[in-house]
Amino acid sequence: MKNIFGFLISVTLGVFIILALANTDAFPEFGSANTDNRVSSQYLIEDNVNDIGSGNIVTAIVVGYRGFDTLGEVTVLFISALGVAFMLSSPKQERLDLKFRPNFMLRVGSKILFGIILVTSFYIILHGHLTPGGGFPGGAIIASSVLLLYLADDKFRSNIKSFKILEGVAGSLFVIIGLLGLVLATYFLQNFLPAGNIGELLSAGIIPIIYILIGLKVGSEIAGIVDNFLTEEESA
Amino acid sequence: MTIFDIISIVVGAFLLVIAFLAINSKKIINSVLFLSALSMLAVVSFVLMKAPDVAITEAVIGSGLVTALFVFTLLSINRRDA
Repeated sequence: MKNIFGFLISVTLGVFIILALANTDAFPEFGSANTDNRVSSQYLIEDNVNDIGSGNIVTAIVVGYRGFDTLGEVTVLFISALGVAFMLSSPKQERLDLKFRPNFMLRVGSKILFGIILVTSFYIILHGHLTPGGGFPGGAIIASSVLLLYLADDKFRSNIKSFKILEGVAGSLFVIIGLLGLVLATYFLQNFLPAGNIGELLSAGIIPIIYILIGLKVGSEIAGIVDNFLTEEESA
Repeated sequence: MTIFDIISIVVGAFLLVIAFLAINSKKIINSVLFLSALSMLAVVSFVLMKAPDVAITEAVIGSGLVTALFVFTLLSINRRDA
C-alpha cells in the first residue's frame, strides 16, 4: 500500500513538472524568447535598463536597486553560520557514525554527479542577471553538491579551512566593490561599469560580479554548516 | 478554465493533504519526508504561477538542504538515545 502511494505521488509530480516545463508559452525554445513578453515594456522604455541592464527584474531589484539590503542578508547568513560553528565545532572532529556503509557504485556515481551539479550551479550563478536564479540558489546548489559527497562517502571531509578563506575573500570583495562605487561614482554599490546590451552574458555592469561573489560566499557558508552538522567531537 | 488552472487546483489540494499528513504523522521522520514532498509540490505551483526564481530557491533549500539537515539531526538524536 505504502509503495503504491509513493509510486503514485512520484508519478504525479513527474507529470506535473513535465507539463509545466513543456508549456511553450511560459518556456519558449532557446533563443526564441521575446523580451517584450518577459519584461514589462514600460521597464524597457524607461531608463531602468540603461541604469541596470539586467534582463531579470528580480536580479535588478535584489542586486541593483537593493544591493545594500543584499549585503545585510549575506551578513545575516554569515552570522547564522558562525552561530552553528560556535555551537557545534571543536578542534578535534571526526565524521558522525551513521551505521551506513556506502558501496563502490554509490561512491563513484556520486563523484560524477558532483561535477554535473557543480556545473549547473555555476551556470545558475553566471546567468543570474539573464535567467531565473542567481547567487543565493546557486550557492545553495554548490552546498548541496558538497552534501552529496558527504552522503555518499562515510569517510569524506571537505577542506573546511579553504571554504572559510573563500568566504572571507568573497565577502570582503563584495564590500570593496561597493566602496569602489563610492569612489568612482557617487554612492555605495553604485553600478559603475557600463550596462551593455540586455540579454548578453557580459552586461549589467557589476551585477554578475557581485552575484558570483554572493554565490561563492553562500555556498561556502552552507557547506560549512553541513560539515558542522555531519561531524562530532572525537570520542576518545 | 484551462488545463493549467485545473493542475493548479489539483496541486493546491495535494498541498493541503500533504501538510495535514506532515502534522499528523506519528513518526517524526515521516513528518520530515512529508515536508520535503510539500516543498516539491510548492515548486510545481511556483512554476505554474510563473515565479521561477522562487521555484529554484525552494527546490534547493526546501526539499534538499533542509530535509537533509533534519534527517541527520534526527539520526544523531536517535543514536544518542539508544
